[in-house]
Amino acid sequence: MLVPVKWIKDYVDVKLTADEYGEMMTTAGLTLETIEYFGKEIENVVIGKIEKIEQHPNAEKLVICQMNVGKEELVQIVTGADNVSEGDFVPVVLDGGRVPGPLHGKEKEEGGTVIHAGELRGVKSDGMLCGPQELGWEDKVAPYISKDGIWLLPGNDWTPGQDLVEALGLDTYVLDVDVTPNRPDCLSILALAKETKAFTGEEYKKPDTTVKGAPKRMGQNSIRFQPPKAERVHNFISVEVQDPNCKRYCARVIKDVKIKQSPWWLQERLMYSGMRPINNIVDITNYVMLEYGQPLHAFDINMLADKKIIVKAAEEGDTFVTLDGKERQMPEGVMMINDSEKAVGIAGIMGGLNSEVTEDTKIIVLESANFDADNIRISSKKLGMSTEASKRFSRGVDANIAREAANRFCHLVEKLGAGTVVDDIIDIYPEKIEAITCDVRIDRMNKLNGTDIPKETIIGYLKALDMVVEETEDENVIRVTPPTERLDMKEEIDYAEEIARMYGYDNIPMTLPKMNTKSISTRSWQIREIAKNVMTSLGSNEIQTYSFVSPRSVDPLRLEDDTWEKNFLILLNPLGDETSAMRTMLMPEMLEVMGRNFSRNVDRVNAFEIGNTFLPDIMDEGKLPSEELSMSIGAYGEGEDFFTMKGRVETLLSMLGIKNLHFEAESEYGAFHPGRCARIVIEDRGFPMELGIMGEVHPEVAESFGIGTRAYVCELNFEYVIEKASIEKSYKPLPKFPAMTRDIALLVSEDVKVGDLEKTIIAAGGNLLESVELFDVYRGKQVEEGKKSLAFSIVYRDAQKTLTDDDVQGVHGDILNALKENYNAVLREM
Amino acid sequence: MQAELQKILAEALEAIAKASSVEECEETRVKFLGKKGALTEILKGMGKLSPEEKKEIGQIANKAKAEIENTLNARFAELKAAAQTAKLAAEKIDVTEPGKKFELGAKHPLTVTMNEILNVFKSMGYSIVEGPEVETVWHNFDALNSPKNHPSRDMTDTFYFSEGRGSEDMILRTHTSPVEIRTMLSQKPPIKVVVPGRCFRNDTPDATHSPMFHQIEGLVVDEGITLADLKGTLDTFAKLMFGPDARIKFRPSHFPFTEPSAEIDVSCFKCGGKGCNVCKGSGWIEILGCGLTHPHVLQAGGIDPEKYSGFAFGMGVERVAMLKYGVEDIRLFYENDMRFISEFK
Repeated sequence: MLVPVKWIKDYVDVKLTADEYGEMMTTAGLTLETIEYFGKEIENVVIGKIEKIEQHPNAEKLVICQMNVGKEELVQIVTGADNVSEGDFVPVVLDGGRVPGPLHGKEKEEGGTVIHAGELRGVKSDGMLCGPQELGWEDKVAPYISKDGIWLLPGNDWTPGQDLVEALGLDTYVLDVDVTPNRPDCLSILALAKETKAFTGEEYKKPDTTVKGAPKRMGQNSIRFQPPKAERVHNFISVEVQDPNCKRYCARVIKDVKIKQSPWWLQERLMYSGMRPINNIVDITNYVMLEYGQPLHAFDINMLADKKIIVKAAEEGDTFVTLDGKERQMPEGVMMINDSEKAVGIAGIMGGLNSEVTEDTKIIVLESANFDADNIRISSKKLGMSTEASKRFSRGVDANIAREAANRFCHLVEKLGAGTVVDDIIDIYPEKIEAITCDVRIDRMNKLNGTDIPKETIIGYLKALDMVVEETEDENVIRVTPPTERLDMKEEIDYAEEIARMYGYDNIPMTLPKMNTKSISTRSWQIREIAKNVMTSLGSNEIQTYSFVSPRSVDPLRLEDDTWEKNFLILLNPLGDETSAMRTMLMPEMLEVMGRNFSRNVDRVNAFEIGNTFLPDIMDEGKLPSEELSMSIGAYGEGEDFFTMKGRVETLLSMLGIKNLHFEAESEYGAFHPGRCARIVIEDRGFPMELGIMGEVHPEVAESFGIGTRAYVCELNFEYVIEKASIEKSYKPLPKFPAMTRDIALLVSEDVKVGDLEKTIIAAGGNLLESVELFDVYRGKQVEEGKKSLAFSIVYRDAQKTLTDDDVQGVHGDILNALKENYNAVLREM
Repeated sequence: MQAELQKILAEALEAIAKASSVEECEETRVKFLGKKGALTEILKGMGKLSPEEKKEIGQIANKAKAEIENTLNARFAELKAAAQTAKLAAEKIDVTEPGKKFELGAKHPLTVTMNEILNVFKSMGYSIVEGPEVETVWHNFDALNSPKNHPSRDMTDTFYFSEGRGSEDMILRTHTSPVEIRTMLSQKPPIKVVVPGRCFRNDTPDATHSPMFHQIEGLVVDEGITLADLKGTLDTFAKLMFGPDARIKFRPSHFPFTEPSAEIDVSCFKCGGKGCNVCKGSGWIEILGCGLTHPHVLQAGGIDPEKYSGFAFGMGVERVAMLKYGVEDIRLFYENDMRFISEFK
């Protein structure tokens, strides 16, 4: 909300500096965004009167203006603008003067632009006539008649030669403050003036809403003034409200309308507030809207069939041309203002072109109505239209101000001589909105705020905010009635904030909660922390990818149809297809990240992610989906192969205390190289359970993700990892007796798996076996084709005594026998 | 025999002196003192001597043996030391050659930032709790006192799920606040928790917006919790997080789930409040929203607002990370360029 301090000062004195005033607003809860100063970078710009206009001899598009700038002699200035006439008052920058700019068709220069006298196509020009933009105004606020030309100052009350900044009072500032959704009333100058009053203690003056009405005729036998019957509002217009979303409808009629420019004092207030002056009637509606927060609309009464206004919902298929000239399809249910035949406005959003106030308008009806906030919000959303009016109605306008705002409009019409106000007002207000009176406990307020503010001070605060405070029998309880525009004051707790805000948040003391608590992290959190630490110490970088993916993200994985990986939870309103499905696994995004890095010439990737995956609850569609943590690991580049990835996985899982891990060859999972993929399995209560899958990415899959090298990925069911992890550390005494190591080399056929041999060794080894480890694989000389030599180191130990050769001999023999029997493994000479 | 012994001794001492390596020294030892060595051979012939001769010659022989041994040992030590010196000299390396590389990975900058924030609250006795990313409208809005018609519920703000693939009551949570409700429903006061997690809003990605982002929420509920407690807590947080000189500024604001509500600015952690590009010259950085838990929210969590009060706060992790590390585009966090992540080691 733009707050021109000049306008505020109409109602309350502001003795603060701009910075202090901004700070006060922030303290009040209206956070200051920016302060804009006007009248800067303007030097030697004066008001000039155009005495004479002649055609430029050498240029069709230029004219020569003889300007009265308060000197004895006229100043000659050439201009290309076509909106000037003799007798106009315009801003003139004289030789050597400065304007903020930007100049027409140019970029803004830092510190403004200096204008020098010169010649234009052979004719002397001693300065420049300025448009509003050249004097630093935004295009959108330039007065309508001056928007593409020279700034034609309104009225004739100007002195040629007077300094422009001084004459227009431009040396002022405007605050831009952030109005929170609970304070829609603050979208008005008056509410901000009242806040200023409450926080500075200055006196607040109400705006003048008196209306004189039509010139009165003296009744023959009466001293009372009575307008003739035909001169009352009801003779001009009738209003019918059919839609209950119209909470109030006030209408007043102005006749003998004289459309002209508004005076500068009114125009400038609109311009500081970011609105364009158009003509007196339109300007006054905007002025009162900004001042009261009550949107108004003026209809040309002669355009209304049967002089009737009917408020009702649009029907399906209706179209309507709004003020901006656009034909729009009206969604069903949008509240419309109609006459007896047709729609003439979209209630609370925008008027219609067919009933617009024009230069020829003679009689207008002013609408000051109140429309339901939700209704307008939904309609404006459906229509994709957001106007100053719809913004205010959507957030909520106090229905009780409609009549006063209508009268303020009429007052200003009279003040500006814009027309004659017809007597009486139509005011349809079936259900008066009342403020909510609330009992407030003083001790509770202090207890919540952590303060010790005396009752009298609290009462003082609330009264400063225009609340009515009554004492009750209970010394601790006051009964408070807020002004009706404070739509946010609903219950006791709302007063705690009002009191804190008036006391000053800065003055609230600082304490700490008194309870003693111990910080506890969930097991899931702890295990994720450990996993992240292990992974980073293994050189892996953590990545974070979106929880939502494309439903086609798993397609390149060459999975079968209807697998669980494709059972996506689908968003109704995604940003795009790429982010429309909740991920079921992390692998596709890991591959995507690897592809992106590859395309950026990153020569190595070693990365992991731990995050949620989502599967719809198939049993019960009403239930939340199952959300399970998954972990992906991905790598490519120098030193990466299947066993590097496997080692990483083994290290991670062993650090998490997960034992009895098996890797089982898998050749069917489409994402992986059929000969280089393993399911990661653990024994769980005697059953083999899958913990994850890993392998070399299938070349086709790698290609479709743009990874031009061998890549390796793993995906772990991290929820299951958490379940099986054992992170509690325990102590086991060091062995007292020495171990005995036997190394063996076995000749086996190529298809025999190391894992199977290990299992056999462990099974046959019994209690004496401490560990078995493969330390060499050999193919080549002395090993026949189709066979391989595997060297294992087997460690035996007895916890009770020192082993002898004889002790080991038996069990070692058993192992060799089992290996020979099951895998035809032949012992080689070591 | 005596003369022979003297000769052997002389020969041995000469040989020892000549030995120029440990190996030669060893050869000399074998030659004179070994099982078939010269001295040993002589001593073998002692059996033929008379006891007196034996005694005399024995003494001489032992003396000679001892002398050879001592000389040998000394020579051994000398040669060993020389050999070691030579070896060490030969093993000289260029210590300016690069060390072996041990590549460590980096946690994601958002994890790093989140942990920093969480560690502060952990040190203040807060427990970490989490909740689901897919939430119910009730937990995300209704229970948090969000008006039925609040714009944040619109499809332009909140992600909903398609029918048949989840109910219309299901959304992607727009903040971590629904976990406040879940915590209150599952746990009795005193409650003191922080909630990290992912949140989602229907924002088109640009330099400062991401449809997915992270928040950290805090909730404290107990008897007698005050706005002053909230202020003190966040002041402590600011000092632990940003340094002992950090100050906070409390200003009134509005959130449906807190009353009174406030926004917190912290003195700029780059310039300390003098004004710079990070704080856009103001000296302050808006860092979080907070307030006393609204009585309606306590009630939704099954807690009697007359008996208990509470406070809550929430902050955006991306925002803190961007400010802290000077990351100018939020999208960098989700591109996962290895070079970007490696910068946060």
